[in-house]
Amino acid sequence: MSFTGVMRPGHAAIRVLDMGEALTYYTERLGLIKTDEDQQGRVYLKAWDELDCFSLVLREADSPGIDYTGYKTFSRADMDELAGKLKDYGIEVEMVPAGELQRCGERARFQTPSGHYFELYADKDHYGDGLGRLNPNPWPEGLKGMQVYRMDHVLLYGPKIIETTKVFTDVLGFDLTERVLNEEGEMNVSFVSCSNKAHDVAFVEYPEPGKLHHVSFMLMTWEEVLRAADIMSMHGISIDIGPTRHGITRGRTIYFFDPSGNRNEVFCGDYTWYPDREPITWTAEELGKAIFYHDRRLNENFLTVVT
Amino acid sequence: MDKFIITVEEGAESFACPAERNVLKAMERLGRKGIPVGCRGGGCGVCRVQVLSGAYRVGKMSREQVSMDDERQGVCLACKLFPQADLRLRILGKMRKALRGAV
Repeated sequence: MSFTGVMRPGHAAIRVLDMGEALTYYTERLGLIKTDEDQQGRVYLKAWDELDCFSLVLREADSPGIDYTGYKTFSRADMDELAGKLKDYGIEVEMVPAGELQRCGERARFQTPSGHYFELYADKDHYGDGLGRLNPNPWPEGLKGMQVYRMDHVLLYGPKIIETTKVFTDVLGFDLTERVLNEEGEMNVSFVSCSNKAHDVAFVEYPEPGKLHHVSFMLMTWEEVLRAADIMSMHGISIDIGPTRHGITRGRTIYFFDPSGNRNEVFCGDYTWYPDREPITWTAEELGKAIFYHDRRLNENFLTVVT
Repeated sequence: MDKFIITVEEGAESFACPAERNVLKAMERLGRKGIPVGCRGGGCGVCRVQVLSGAYRVGKMSREQVSMDDERQGVCLACKLFPQADLRLRILGKMRKALRGAV
């Protein structure tokens, strides 16, 4: 694995109904750190273990959901090369000027057949983790709530996920790590990685375009997932399901909702992906176990509640 | 503390709800069923209902789920619905079959 091309998910831009409630939730409960805000009223946040100055952008709007997801490339040359490849593939690419998102360089934005907006960028200001790079301590004091380590991935619902997945695998150099096949043998769920992780983005086939299923934040241990669940009950946060285990990715997880109804996940412990692995396939008849390994049955809320 | 009676679908289910609690939470707290439960945050539209009678107020809801027109006709999300009188509700949410299966 050599980290060239697309390195990682860098930011998710989320719409919330009430900025005050959202900020309390994302800072005090999830434990993100507010790093900036702009004249449009957008608020920028990061998790403590991320070094760039934001990974979540909140915008107050009259309906919740996701505006776009940004991926950081290793270099500007990589970004330009991939933007060129997208255009050659027949996808329109719009350049968003540097500074449109505060302290972020130029972004190459495109839309997938699933109706979601993605962008590639190479530059974002350094913020740091309060520990430094010279003889650092393992973690900073004074963290709040669930103390999530990073924004890890998004799972998106929309149509044409076979074509959408191909954009990531055939053009942007991601690997398909896991997939679900429907009864006709067609892929209707895909997990896709640009790194050593089991997923950096995932898609589920769904008739409505551009929908958000969840934004996921990483924890390190099962004990931390349990503690996150405790914090949810302490503060009346809406829990969807968990703590439990996924078959897909093996993740140990809990799903819950932000105050505007956007689903979030905190999870730990998937596996290490290498590009010489075969993708894992799940069949329709084992879908219950694939999603929630202990429940072993389909959960209508988890499958249909989206923003 | 004022408590009001919420009646769902012609009396298929009814439960008490105080003025400062949203109708969905009141239902869930009592272990009652009827209105489908989604995000509980006014975002997903799963708990969409129409108020047929009774006074109420609502919190901020996704416009994608409840339009201005809907709102004028008493349509709202139960997770953002606060009673100011006894209410009669009709379920409109997309998982309506949840109730149909239960009664």
